[in-house]
Amino acid sequence: MAIRHGRGVAAINYPTGMNLGGDPTQALVHSTPTGNFMVTLSSVDLGQGMKQVVSQICAETIGVPADRVVVDTADTDTGPHCMGAFASRGTHRIGNAVMRAAEEARQVMLEVAAEELEVNASDLETDGEGNVHVKGAPQKSISIFDVALSAHFKRGRSISGRGMFLVPRSFPEKETGAMKPSTCYAHACTVAEVDVDDETGEVAVTSVRNVFEIGRALNPKMVEQQLVGGSWMGISHTLYETTEPYYPNRDHAGTDFNEYLMPGPGDLAETEIIVLERPAADGPYGAKGPGEMCANPQIPAIANAIFDAVGVRIDHLPITPERVLRALKEQGSQA
Amino acid sequence: MELRKSYFADERKEGLHEIGQGRARVDAPGHVTGKTAYFADRNFPGMLYLKMVRSPHHHARIRSIDTSAAEKHPGVVRVLTAKDIPNNLYTILILIQVGPEDEHVLAEGKVRWKGEAVVAVVAETERAAQEAADKVKVDYEVLPAVLDIEAALKPDAPVVNEHHGQNYYMYDSGACRKVRFGDVEKGFAEADHVLEQTYWSSPIEQAPMETTGCIAVPESNDRFSCYTDTQAMFFTLDNTSIILQMPGSQLHMVGGTVGGGFGGKVDVIVEPIAILAAKLTGKPVSFIYSRQEEMQISSPRAAEKIVIKDGVMQDGRIVARQVWGYTDAGAYSRHSPYGAQKGAAHYPGPYTIPNVWADTYCVYTNRTPSSAMRGFGVTIADFALEVQMDKLARLIGMDPLEFRFINAYRDGDMKAHRQPTEGAALIECMQEAARASDWPVDEKYFALSSVRREA
Repeated sequence: MAIRHGRGVAAINYPTGMNLGGDPTQALVHSTPTGNFMVTLSSVDLGQGMKQVVSQICAETIGVPADRVVVDTADTDTGPHCMGAFASRGTHRIGNAVMRAAEEARQVMLEVAAEELEVNASDLETDGEGNVHVKGAPQKSISIFDVALSAHFKRGRSISGRGMFLVPRSFPEKETGAMKPSTCYAHACTVAEVDVDDETGEVAVTSVRNVFEIGRALNPKMVEQQLVGGSWMGISHTLYETTEPYYPNRDHAGTDFNEYLMPGPGDLAETEIIVLERPAADGPYGAKGPGEMCANPQIPAIANAIFDAVGVRIDHLPITPERVLRALKEQGSQA
Repeated sequence: MELRKSYFADERKEGLHEIGQGRARVDAPGHVTGKTAYFADRNFPGMLYLKMVRSPHHHARIRSIDTSAAEKHPGVVRVLTAKDIPNNLYTILILIQVGPEDEHVLAEGKVRWKGEAVVAVVAETERAAQEAADKVKVDYEVLPAVLDIEAALKPDAPVVNEHHGQNYYMYDSGACRKVRFGDVEKGFAEADHVLEQTYWSSPIEQAPMETTGCIAVPESNDRFSCYTDTQAMFFTLDNTSIILQMPGSQLHMVGGTVGGGFGGKVDVIVEPIAILAAKLTGKPVSFIYSRQEEMQISSPRAAEKIVIKDGVMQDGRIVARQVWGYTDAGAYSRHSPYGAQKGAAHYPGPYTIPNVWADTYCVYTNRTPSSAMRGFGVTIADFALEVQMDKLARLIGMDPLEFRFINAYRDGDMKAHRQPTEGAALIECMQEAARASDWPVDEKYFALSSVRREA
């Protein structure tokens, strides 16, 4: 009886957005009198940080720092339609809608600035810090604060924009399944290491090295929190979680966090996250959806590592100590 | 976390101000100090509480329902049954033309899973609502039940859901969504080895910290505000409008700050009945799942069965892949026909294989309806595909990572669903993973690129 060490690998891809498209999101952007920007949505922040990433997309597009953007969301009386926060669609679909709304608002802003500076709007650019200036002549400049005041009180303009993003729905061809499920895919490869106790069947995941390709990482800190959390969820799915441990038998169903098993802090592996960026052609600043796929590759990587360690295949999730032990006993009886 | 900027460097625009900055989230201080307000933090004078009477049987005919004792229970304001629901028969995806309607808000005639809502009790306190719910008498005639995919698909199996007529969803393509590419039989005939394996998973709970719920409030202008933790505001509004036969202009959903979803809050379950109760009582109504309901009543990730048959050459090329995927939808569709179909689009995984056949089925059983969860239609598929890849590599005596390099898709490769591959990056992820883990991979695989195939 011994602790056996093993290592496994898995590689995956994942579609961004609702399968087959047809999932719209709309956004509105407008400026206050002093050049702050409101993004109005009906999208939902589940804790993943949707509001923060949207404010950075809007800020980048308008040319102001992100702390001058406020996101007002999820009130159906004010916010335009969003299909919802699911299917790894938030950053891609909502982000695209916000970017388009911000582009339209930016155009009005540049037109007002052009009138104030007595130049053509096409000759203007923003510095990202809240100023508009003539290309190649940064001294010929006006603050967005002053542009907004002018628009509101002098020129009677609304610095605002409407944004809409819709991937047209694809209908699968009946006989061949020819279809367009998604416009872009994230990728991942995970190497997991495990220790398997061949006396108890218990598996300890000792390290998980994840490489994720997610298009552009719009906010790398938020990407990190999502990818680390996802990686832990992958471990949890592999070894612990099910509402019905003896499916299809409906007995022994967990009804709270004492009975429904998940890893505790001591069960989490050393976790390494490496991010590659291949921008998506249709993503806002190249972003794809990292939300769902980051919990997937750990599952087969750990299953493969268990085989590497003790030579048994557990092809039924979750891979509980009971299943490992039964397989080891069967292996022993055959040997 | 490390960003490896050396890959695809020529495809990225630099010089941006906000994009690429790891700014602190503006909502984080509120979340970690307990100051963020969630829907359930609201309190309204005179608020009532809704509790459900649920089926104790997997499958049963309802002979009669007696609510008289519950109605007399102190604190009870209203007891609702199927006849109170204006349009009791619904299905969520009807909004995007995926029917048929197959589920009742409150059970009518039959119950099809253990836990199905039968009677709603509305009372002045949660305790009174629960005590009264326990006094509702339902007379059931227990029917034979099918509890797993294999039992459901037997020719003589009892029919779970009469609105479908058979125990699987009928797509326009027939009993399953099909993908057909090349000729798998020819591929198997040519292959050095053929390996067929079966994979299983059990249901999984989304386990958000905040349970599913809402508070519905009648407003003075004949409108109803509903504070909800749904993941999809207008999906909820529009389905509620259909179920209650109420113009959408009378409905006002407020939400957006949610304590975790993971797919568990895309079904429209609590809002229509809570708004109806608010309408019929004229009072605010709170309907919030207990942790037990969140674990056993709200839709989990489906159990799945996946069979993969591969033909592989001794040199590492996979020449044929045939997949049969089965999603255990439980008693009702909810989002499962969508999820099962997403699986069909995902096969054969991120590999270029000349002959592919995929059939994915959405199967009905007398179980808690399953629905969306993080990785819907794909997570369990990836488990099956990538364990299968490991088995195939060992079968031909090849390193599992090198085996994946040989088969990895590249830009321009035609996928089984007949879209050319764009924006691939699997090879680069595997190269970086090999480096990070000191996985011994032959040097030639580090020269590969997703962007172009070597001459």
